[in-house]
Amino acid sequence: MLDRSADLVILENAGLNRGGDWLVRGVDLAVRRGEIVTLIGPNGAGKSTTAKIALGLLAPDEGSATRAPGLSVGYVPQKLSIDWTLPLTVARFMGLTSRVSGTEIAAALDLVGIAPLIDSEVRHLSGGEFQRALLARAIARKPDLLVLDEPVQGVDFSGEIALYELISNIRTELGCGILMISHDLHVVMASTDSVVCLNGHVCCQGTPHAVAESSEYRELFGGRAASALAVYEHAHDHTHLPDGTVRHADGSVTEYCHPDDGHHHEDEHEPQRGEADHA
Amino acid sequence: MLDDFFIRALLAGVGVALVAGPLGCFIVWRRLAYFGDTLSHSALLGVVLAFLLQINITLAVFGVCAAVALSVLALQRNASLSSDSLLGMLAHSSLALGLVALAFMSSVRVDLMGFLFGDILAVSRLDLAIIYIGGGIVIAVLVFVWRALFAATVNYDLAEAEGLRPDRANIVFMLLMAVVIAISMKIVGVLLITALLIIPAATARQLARGPEQMALIAAVLGVIAVVAGLFGSLEWDTPSGPSIVVAAATLFVLVLLPVALIARRRLASEGSAGR
Repeated sequence: MLDRSADLVILENAGLNRGGDWLVRGVDLAVRRGEIVTLIGPNGAGKSTTAKIALGLLAPDEGSATRAPGLSVGYVPQKLSIDWTLPLTVARFMGLTSRVSGTEIAAALDLVGIAPLIDSEVRHLSGGEFQRALLARAIARKPDLLVLDEPVQGVDFSGEIALYELISNIRTELGCGILMISHDLHVVMASTDSVVCLNGHVCCQGTPHAVAESSEYRELFGGRAASALAVYEHAHDHTHLPDGTVRHADGSVTEYCHPDDGHHHEDEHEPQRGEADHA
Repeated sequence: MLDDFFIRALLAGVGVALVAGPLGCFIVWRRLAYFGDTLSHSALLGVVLAFLLQINITLAVFGVCAAVALSVLALQRNASLSSDSLLGMLAHSSLALGLVALAFMSSVRVDLMGFLFGDILAVSRLDLAIIYIGGGIVIAVLVFVWRALFAATVNYDLAEAEGLRPDRANIVFMLLMAVVIAISMKIVGVLLITALLIIPAATARQLARGPEQMALIAAVLGVIAVVAGLFGSLEWDTPSGPSIVVAAATLFVLVLLPVALIARRRLASEGSAGR
């Protein structure tokens, strides 16, 4: 079973309820040292919520979230806006939450490819440059756990590939665990140890290899199906309706989509879940 | 030469400005100008309480401000009201409550104008001691919580995720605000304290490259405004508080004009160089 000593963060049956609606429910996942776990899923699937539960920013209303004691975290939030009233250079931004030496700052900025911008004002950076700065800041702290919520949004295509490569290398260099949210499925499949597909709950999870072996995956990634949207279609044999209820493939409508509800893909993915456990 | 009372007023004003500048930066960064108003308006209630209970005015004002600040924090978390409505409600009801209570105290003659607009003559040696000890504590605490408070200003979730306890930093900030308002009330008066917090910080924003630099510049600009304002007040026999605020606003304009001119000139020269 799970090697608890290497676990940085564990979610067990975690759920978050806001105003009677479950934003996510029944999430089981663990991030270990040296491992990249990626959350995928459609908009509103609860990816960011799950990441925030893992970080301890939101306390689960059901189940539990356990972090290793003394865990140091580097976080790249999905949204971060710098108010124009803040005079803030990239260099100062790098030391936002902890003291970081000048050489560490320069090295981290160099890694993400924005070394010349070290003295620029943060609010003058472009979207892609700012995203790189956010990633550099999180890396420069040399954390045990990196939580990256769509870390390459707004980054140009060639930069995107380089950054994913960088994220993969950092995992090896720092030996940290990485919990990442991404929409970029080809890269996710290439550089991730474990994929968790969310849709209000965990709808399937496992190693990319195991997922790739499945017939759904081949269906998806064969031919033109490599488009990002396609993968979302595969596992989602149910639709979240605007009123918060869920319509399943067989036409039945239930209040929530908890794993206990009557839909089918859970069973199909069971072997992959087993594989993820000793990955 | 200068009278004793004037030296005391200068010392008091300088002490207050040194503290108000850095704290004012957070007011500007967090867009809390209205919050500063709310706290300072409730200060009058503290004055009345001090007379009723026969305790030190500065202490009573601190108590009331701290209570209001913490209740704002609690209400913001729970109430379904927007925070500007909440602050407006608290600001004016506490000011009105203070004025009404003041009217009932016929036995004590209170110089209302002094509390509303500041009073040079009122600064005693005890006040000076309170300003420098209180101010010293504020600066020391501010330095201690600086990183957490600043990180929480940039992004609360980020600060919390990376282990900085922004909740605690925010509570400390509220208490520091209460201290600053309590010690600056006598110098600039209840109605103008927010100006002393905001104007030097806003002026410093034009000049600073980093947050720490902005805090230091704001402190220095505040000191200049206090000194200029107090001398002006002595010269033209104007109330001390408004004179200081006028001096601070003048500084803002003086800084703003050249900054705008330089930026335009640089643009123009870059444009011609490009051609």
